[in-house]
Amino acid sequence: MRRPTSWAEALSVRAAAPDLLPIAGGTDVMVELNFDRRRPPGLLDLTRVPELATWTVFDGTVELGAGVTYAQVVADLGDLLPGLATASRTVGSPQIRNRGTVGGNLGSASPAGDAHPPLLAAGAVVELESVHGRRSVPVSEFFIGVKRSVLEPDELIRSVRVPCATGPEQFSKVGTRNAMVIAVASFALRVDPGRRRVGTGIGSAAPTPRTAPEAETFLAREIEAADAWASRDPLPAPVVRRFAELVAAAASPIDDVRGSASYRRHALTVMATRTLGWAWDEYRQGVPA
Amino acid sequence: MKVTCMVNGEERVADGVWAGESLLYVLRERLGLPGSKNACEQGECGSCTVYLDGLPVCSCLVAAGQAEGRVVVTVEGLSEGERLHPVQEAFVAAGAVQCGFCTPGLVVAAHDLLERDPDPSEADIREALAGNLCRCTGYEKIIEAVHVAARRRLPEGRREVG
Ligand SMILES: Cc1cc2nc3c(=O)[nH]c(=O)nc-3n(C[C@H](O)[C@H](O)[C@H](O)COP(=O)(O)OP(=O)(O)OC[C@H]3O[C@@H](n4cnc5c(N)ncnc54)[C@H](O)[C@@H]3O)c2cc1C
Ligand code: FES
Ligand code: FES
Repeated sequence: MRRPTSWAEALSVRAAAPDLLPIAGGTDVMVELNFDRRRPPGLLDLTRVPELATWTVFDGTVELGAGVTYAQVVADLGDLLPGLATASRTVGSPQIRNRGTVGGNLGSASPAGDAHPPLLAAGAVVELESVHGRRSVPVSEFFIGVKRSVLEPDELIRSVRVPCATGPEQFSKVGTRNAMVIAVASFALRVDPGRRRVGTGIGSAAPTPRTAPEAETFLAREIEAADAWASRDPLPAPVVRRFAELVAAAASPIDDVRGSASYRRHALTVMATRTLGWAWDEYRQGVPA
Repeated sequence: MKVTCMVNGEERVADGVWAGESLLYVLRERLGLPGSKNACEQGECGSCTVYLDGLPVCSCLVAAGQAEGRVVVTVEGLSEGERLHPVQEAFVAAGAVQCGFCTPGLVVAAHDLLERDPDPSEADIREALAGNLCRCTGYEKIIEAVHVAARRRLPEGRREVG
């Protein structure tokens, strides 16, 4: 096991030994090792790299180190990133939230990863780095297939840059019970009066987490047309319905052991309707951003 | 690989550790601390819960090498010699132990909850113990045990009436 104690050292170990499996909280990696699904020649422990374990705010954007745990997000970022904090609260159990990290969620790139929908809805950008340099990849372009991302063998995830919320954010997840569930389908919504935009993120309903761009533009246009950013008037029911339809249409769900494709589509319609209802009510009541 | 860490207040060294080995394995098989139980090895049951640098975690999901230089407290570290910790006593008093397999993990999780919140609501207790499974008790007596432990810890004035 290699245990770098700085970011620069982590990158050079990664470059010299790309076969070593990076491990942060270990909540995905250790399950694979315990069940012999994977036998890497060794591990690259990232938990001693201080740069990864912190977050900062600059110019209206949170730069969230890849090694920040769900427990930290819940404790610290409820105001700046309410959607991510809500999603983090639903992850696993207290023990899992104390170890599991947002960077590890991205690294695993599971379509069911709970951090992904709120990061998509926020228009977040993943910062990747190797000894050769740094590149920024929008979360919407980060995932390329089931459990596959654009991460190269010599790269590590440094952080994810998330624009701060300027209005309500919601996250909703359907699962088979209340605690410790892998999402059957999930949905995140950002109502962003500051940027006059609407953000969406869909989980567990396509090979990769994805946004619903048509739903986003449709709703932002309707709000704009009705001058509702300023008036905060209720959204007409047909607008809400159309938004939900467009969200469900953006998914390409499959049948699997956790749920059928048609159930997932239906769940997305329900979640999109509800989250928009909650978020818009919150906006109307002027709950501070 | 050699791994050195503080376990229950003592510096302990484990030798010949494979890089992918779990902290749980090292505690049980190399350091002779079988209190933490091995059931699912996938983070689902919580029976392997220990404190790592003060936070309760599933030791089956910590690579042993990640514990190098860290502070680990297992259920064995909560009692004082033969004297049970008040949380353990409360589990006994409330009848929250049947086969006992889940108990060490639950005791650590409950201990952590009471350290953070000396007077938790039932919802808080259920949330804090959501990562610990029990096949035997149906949980009611476990919840009761945490209430008992909380009442025993609280100063008189703050105890709930009834
Ligand atoms: C019981 C249980 C319940 C769970 N519940 C949920 C849930 O409700 N929702 C959910 O989304 N997930 C859940 N998970 C999955 C897991 O906890 C999350 O995916 C978590 O975010 C993984 O983070 P980690 O730090 O533990 O990652 P690790 O296991 O350490 O790593 C995961 C992957 O990311 C890579 N990686 C980690 N950090 C970096 C980096 N900085 N750069 C490049 N690659 C990196 C690793 O190489 C590995 O491939 C659960 C897991 C368990 C065991
Ligand atoms: S053995 Fe670790 S959680 Fe079950
Ligand atoms: S007492 Fe048997 S598993 Fe809980």
